[in-house]
Amino acid sequence: MKKMPPEYYQLLEEIQAIDFVIVDLNLYLNTHPHDVDAIQQFNEASHHSMLLKIEFEKQFGPLMNFGKSFSNYPWDVDDSPWPWQV
Amino acid sequence: MLARFLIEQYGGADGELAAALRYMNQRYTIPDKVIGLLNDIAMEEFSHLEMIATMIYKLTKDATPEQMKAAGLGDHYANHDHALFYHNASGVPWTASYIQAKGDPIADLYEDIAAEEKARATYQWIIDMSDDPDLNDGLRFLREREVIHSLRFREAVEILKEDQGKKKIF
Amino acid sequence: MHSQFKYWRPYVSPYDPCKPIRVKSYSTPPHLYMNFQPPGLPQFQSPKQALMHGTLWPQLYSPYPDPNKGVEKP
Repeated sequence: MKKMPPEYYQLLEEIQAIDFVIVDLNLYLNTHPHDVDAIQQFNEASHHSMLLKIEFEKQFGPLMNFGKSFSNYPWDVDDSPWPWQV
Repeated sequence: MLARFLIEQYGGADGELAAALRYMNQRYTIPDKVIGLLNDIAMEEFSHLEMIATMIYKLTKDATPEQMKAAGLGDHYANHDHALFYHNASGVPWTASYIQAKGDPIADLYEDIAAEEKARATYQWIIDMSDDPDLNDGLRFLREREVIHSLRFREAVEILKEDQGKKKIF
Repeated sequence: MHSQFKYWRPYVSPYDPCKPIRVKSYSTPPHLYMNFQPPGLPQFQSPKQALMHGTLWPQLYSPYPDPNKGVEKP
């Protein structure tokens, strides 16, 4: 059984936090489509999240399926651990 | 014991499954201005469903049949072993009659607001019975999300109430 | 800022079978008083802090349980 290193949890938590900001801003913008500052913050957070996920996937493999992440060899899109297992 | 109560938010009338499916289905006939909101809140509710599932799974996966029995999950174990299932805390299976799609946008959004407040209340009662501080952090998070969703649905009503062409206040 | 909890004293009969709870309370989260969120509300300092509170905006944060449960507020 592979044990995930502390960096795995650290990076995942960082992604979780920035993605939460994105979720909350997204809902807010759905009812406030003209708030320029919020849109800018949303775009910056999205960019930050993208960079974190590239970094994470380089170290620990794909986060998403159906073509949103790349696979290594052998196929590792279905490798453990799954989100509910960590 | 807590796992048993958490199932209410998994397959209960005001649980995350009901919420996700309700908004996901209402989005087809709601005015375009608020489709995005229903769509995105539905997605968030699916992720909350996964959070609840993870909590239940983690709490029960290594429990012996005796421990399941002692936790009040004997009835569940007899039917499902350690598997999760979409029923409420008393074992009543999920049904589509928990949710509605009336086609009238105001009626649908008012149902959504009520659903969020009921889900918030359910989280409160589970937190009241819980003695697990780590889990409570997650439950408080989920309760706060219901507050935010309720606000967004209220804003959606305001948007639909507004006269066409009239400029927004800000 | 509105209070996050409201309190009331239900009628208590001398013949009630159980020891009465004299003060009851319920939660009134901030969104009830904010019909439409105004733009530019102050945010939590960090994404981590926002995550821990379940919202980006401190003014929309609703604590639970009530720290003064069972105690009557003046």
